[in-house]
Amino acid sequence: MRILYFAWLREKIGVGQEEFAPPAGTLTPRDLALVLSARGPGYAAAFADMRLIRCALDREFAGLDESLGAAAEVAFFPPVTGG
Amino acid sequence: MRRVSVQEADFDAGAELAALAADGAGGVASFIGVVRAESGGQKLVAMRLEHYPGMTETMLARLAEAAMARWALSGCTIIHRVGRLTPGANIVLVAAASRHRAEALAAAAYLIDRLKTEAPFWKAEEFCAGGEAWVAARPEDEAAGKSWA
Repeated sequence: MRILYFAWLREKIGVGQEEFAPPAGTLTPRDLALVLSARGPGYAAAFADMRLIRCALDREFAGLDESLGAAAEVAFFPPVTGG
Repeated sequence: MRRVSVQEADFDAGAELAALAADGAGGVASFIGVVRAESGGQKLVAMRLEHYPGMTETMLARLAEAAMARWALSGCTIIHRVGRLTPGANIVLVAAASRHRAEALAAAAYLIDRLKTEAPFWKAEEFCAGGEAWVAARPEDEAAGKSWA
């Protein structure tokens, strides 16, 4: 799947997007964040406080505990601040 | 007319409102968001805005559609800029045209309130004193967005 990061998540992780094949058993965005956190200190810092993380599955806002289903694109970002 | 745009370029608010007025509705209400000069007591050099290309446009189009369905509008416009903007620069324009001022005013308030919680934009502030910080979401914006449900 393609994973996208925005705002300070992108800065902490160091890339805006990447391809990643999550291991079996990665069922939700929260599971995925946990798996990603183990990839390095930047990831761990980005996902340190999950209360600050929002996500989208295939460009639709989704809850962290929703099923990833067949999503091809998962995005992680802080709460939006437009306007 | 229904117009949605995410762009780096500035917009001409007068021309945008005139285009809505040209539909003949009789009234146009609008809100323009502008980069502020300071934040939390610190003077700003600039504000940087980023978004989620592909998702943002969809969310803004849905908002415009929802406003058109909810109120008797002849048209509405949402333009949001991205990139690095300096104090005083336009950030966002929302506008709605209707025969009735109450509908136009309510629709414009709806568009900006919902945009703030449903469109994937993020702002970072650059300070005159050096350094920068990502803007945190405000609980009152969340409450304002939800109030239209």
